[in-house]
Amino acid sequence: MNYFITLTLNGLASGAAYAALALALVIIYQATRLVNFAQPALALLSVYAAYTVTQLTGSYWIGFAAALGTGLLVGAFVERVVVRPIARTSQLNAIIVTLGLLLVVQGGVGMIWGNEQHSFGYAFSYVGRFAPSDVFALVSVGIAALLLFALYRFTPLGLRMRAAAFHPEAARLSGVKVGMMLTAGWGIASLIGALAGMLAGPPFISPNVFDVVFVFGITAAVVGGLDNPFGAVIGGLLIGLGMSYVSGYVGPELATLTALAIVVIVLSVRPDGILSRPTARKV
Amino acid sequence: MRTRSGTRALLASGLALVMLATACTGAGEVTDGADADLDIAPGVTDDSVVIGSHQPLTGPAAPGYLAVSQGAAAVFDYVNAQGGVNGREIDYRVEDDAYDPSQTIDVTRQLVIEDEIFAMVGGLGTPTHSGVLDYLNEEGVPDVFPSSGALAWNNTEEHPLTYGWQTDYTKEAKIQGEYIAENFPDQNVGYLYQNDDIGEDSQAGLDQYLSDAVVAREHYESEVPDLSSQIAEMENSGAEVVVCSCIPTFTALAMLEAARIGYEPQWVVSSIGGDTATLQALLAEFTEGSDAEDVPADAFLDEMLITSYMPRVEDEEDDWGQFFIAIYDEYGDGDGAALTNTHIFGMTQAVMFAQVLKSAGEDLTRQALIDALETQEWQGPGYTPFSSSEGDHGGHQGVYVVQYEAGGNIEMVQEARVTDREGGPIEETDFERLSPEELPFHD
Amino acid sequence: MTSPTTQREERPAASGAGTTPPRTPGTSRWGALPLPARHLLLAALGLAAVTGLLFATGDLTALRIAAVGYTMLAIAGLQLLVGGSGQVSLGHGAFMMIGAYSMALLVLHQPTLPIVANLGIIVLVSIVAGVAVGAATARLHGPYLAGATLILAVGLPGLTHRYHDFLGGSNGLNIRTAGVPPFLDGLVTTSEWRTLVVWTTVVVGLALLATVSAGRLGRRMRAIRDDETAASMAGIPVGKTKVVAFVIASAAGGLAGGLQAYVLGTVTPSSFTLVLSLTLLAALVLGGIGSLWGALWASVAIVYLEIWATDLARSLNMTRDAENNLPIVFFGIVLILVLRFWPLGVHGALQNLRARLRARSNSS
Repeated sequence: MNYFITLTLNGLASGAAYAALALALVIIYQATRLVNFAQPALALLSVYAAYTVTQLTGSYWIGFAAALGTGLLVGAFVERVVVRPIARTSQLNAIIVTLGLLLVVQGGVGMIWGNEQHSFGYAFSYVGRFAPSDVFALVSVGIAALLLFALYRFTPLGLRMRAAAFHPEAARLSGVKVGMMLTAGWGIASLIGALAGMLAGPPFISPNVFDVVFVFGITAAVVGGLDNPFGAVIGGLLIGLGMSYVSGYVGPELATLTALAIVVIVLSVRPDGILSRPTARKV
Repeated sequence: MRTRSGTRALLASGLALVMLATACTGAGEVTDGADADLDIAPGVTDDSVVIGSHQPLTGPAAPGYLAVSQGAAAVFDYVNAQGGVNGREIDYRVEDDAYDPSQTIDVTRQLVIEDEIFAMVGGLGTPTHSGVLDYLNEEGVPDVFPSSGALAWNNTEEHPLTYGWQTDYTKEAKIQGEYIAENFPDQNVGYLYQNDDIGEDSQAGLDQYLSDAVVAREHYESEVPDLSSQIAEMENSGAEVVVCSCIPTFTALAMLEAARIGYEPQWVVSSIGGDTATLQALLAEFTEGSDAEDVPADAFLDEMLITSYMPRVEDEEDDWGQFFIAIYDEYGDGDGAALTNTHIFGMTQAVMFAQVLKSAGEDLTRQALIDALETQEWQGPGYTPFSSSEGDHGGHQGVYVVQYEAGGNIEMVQEARVTDREGGPIEETDFERLSPEELPFHD
Repeated sequence: MTSPTTQREERPAASGAGTTPPRTPGTSRWGALPLPARHLLLAALGLAAVTGLLFATGDLTALRIAAVGYTMLAIAGLQLLVGGSGQVSLGHGAFMMIGAYSMALLVLHQPTLPIVANLGIIVLVSIVAGVAVGAATARLHGPYLAGATLILAVGLPGLTHRYHDFLGGSNGLNIRTAGVPPFLDGLVTTSEWRTLVVWTTVVVGLALLATVSAGRLGRRMRAIRDDETAASMAGIPVGKTKVVAFVIASAAGGLAGGLQAYVLGTVTPSSFTLVLSLTLLAALVLGGIGSLWGALWASVAIVYLEIWATDLARSLNMTRDAENNLPIVFFGIVLILVLRFWPLGVHGALQNLRARLRARSNSS
């Protein structure tokens, strides 16, 4: 029983990081109908910015702020300069460009900071079966999901962003600055992505640190449903818990296969994820 | 370049088509080729010799292994600055294979065909190097000191040109097993191992001495950087001694995870993961609130037992360790990163290769290098006897045991012992090393 | 993501098969040949070209030409799936892995089977895998399909660890395959022989793919890609056609993986990572998604870009970290720039160029 609780807590802790990354993907998907493969790259840049700032100032929280700031700015910059000119041509091309960006950033980080691993701390103490750092991860992801939900549901900005994503022409006619909204979407998403990086990065960071986490992030977003921030959270925790149990009771080599199994099972029942709205098909 | 007419090309391709359709020989039925000519010296001029290596410089495996080729390059630079070996400068060419065997095969061919390397030195990794083992031997390229402890390198029948270097995992584990059985009698032992030949071969050795004491066998996959369930199970089973046959990242991860749940076993770490300098760097951010002030991360490493066969960077009385620190200061990359025992791995390899190159003499051919390897009387820098003689290409023959103490000291708790990979006894040895000044490895 | 290739609508729908050059006056006799015959002729020409190239170069190039061959076959399969039916698969590497492990297991356990039989069995195995995956994912669209195939590519290597004794774990399987047959001994080297075997298989595979793509199945796929609902209303069996596209793609991928194992003699999980799957898709778009020629440019890019970038990095005399990482950055930048200025990829750019040249020669 004790072991079961340990596995549960471990699963929740890692699930929080997947959920955060899934959230970031959901935001961009909602804003642009695009799966952003550059997400781990933006998180990587943010985390290395935090690393450098923390090394210089000695303060984790200044580094944390630097990470979020970097995420916001780089996300907006990337949308404006790299993605927008290409998004017009085709969506697949836009996806591939985010892939190209991933390579550029991963290589670039390696050029600047080297391919070695660096020690990278947690926000709070990591000591304990459910340590303060784990609590922080879960709480911050929960708050982020709530804020996003509120943003999209209740604020004019959120409304405009959704309008720009779903009906860009109509939105433009009613005075919404569609381009501005897309940039805002990317900025916010990368900010959440930076948070995900700060949660998933420790204990060691290197240019490839987010590859695996990102895959589980996409998986979580798909399982939860790409249209709902809470879906991302549920998907993340589900994947985290499932992998922890299987890894503990059966064997760690099956962890990734577990994620595959969850995807297959969930999507065969609900092809648009757990929290998808039943949509009528447009003909 | 060969010139042949287009008609002939067409003919051949037509033939190939027919052959493919009618080929009846089994795809797996292999006939042995002729032996390669070794009385040649590609890559050798009067004042230089080209050698090559495949290493993971990018990708997920790079962080753990970058230091190996950096260390080797520093030593070769030092050797060249002293005038080289027998008047020849060593041109050390490292190709990145990202730890992907399909890339290893490509870069190895590039080294052999384009760069015309004289020998392959320290090719890194079991899955990667396995992919080019046949090729190097068929092409007659001396395959000197692969960087891995797999048993496969010591097979003089099939791969006569491959010379192992690292103490193989089974030998090391036997000595670990005996040490634990003698010094921690009646204690429960847990194995934590990487789920490949490292784990398999290590258990084969440990089980010879500890099969009654084992209470947990937990493995990890190097692709999944998470040990939480393994360490929880380890604690659950009541293991008091944990043998970690892991690479440094996972040694550090295991120690962190144990600290997280308040589990304090006696760690016994094998040479591949017992690089305290690397571990300290990895754990640097996690000592907050501990009483280890001077050297970060010491709280984790205190009392850790490590097996090794090389000189160690922490050992202030080891003249090879000090010598390597001096070399790295002058010929290292100068990016401020501290010298680790992973660098020393590459540096020791480099010294030993330079030494055998020296023994091969002025008239350098591949055969001369092979002859020198087979007859070399090794006297360091490693702490154990070394075998590269006819019939046994096993490399280092054993390990010694050190214990790390908070503050940065290590204490030799058991001098080097040697053994075989089967059920043979473990024996003490009266091996003597030469100092850096005495050992002839450059002009 | 439901319609990833909107730009293709500008092109005439009839020229779906990539290897078919546009009809121009003067090639009427060529145009009179039935399509499969034309594809076979092109295949034979391609093989002859490769043979010529082999004789002009050495062993190292032989290995790389072989790599271009099997990579091209894998990408061509993916092209049919993504460019043809509009299903974006991020897990193509998984099928290559299935093919590669099948080849290794066949050589290890059934060494007397000839290579042709092995390749046949691999196609069958890949078809079974394709049916399974295709059926499981037929209802998924856009990012959901992408996510599911992505985790397939990442999860499948876990099997090799689970069945460690059979599949070799992370050290994989090493095989030795027969070299040059005796009567060709001295005429070609082992590497050249293997490359010829690879390319013979590849051109036959490509001819088949081109024929399929130009036929009824191809038209149905493109109809589904352009508008699934409309296609279904026009009586096209959407689900079935999508699964068939998946099966063809996985067969091509599996065959490519089998050929890779045959050439390299080693299969390990670390060769079939997420990076491989993503690179295949990225290169496909880079090369040009509408045409099999695009697959050729794509595979050349995969095999050679990194080599060129490494040479470039060496010549620039950079720091160690910069030199190591430059090839990665270089590939990323090429990807971004090509798609920025030539949305139809390299093949699109070449076609554009040709059209412009022709226009100029006509006007003068």
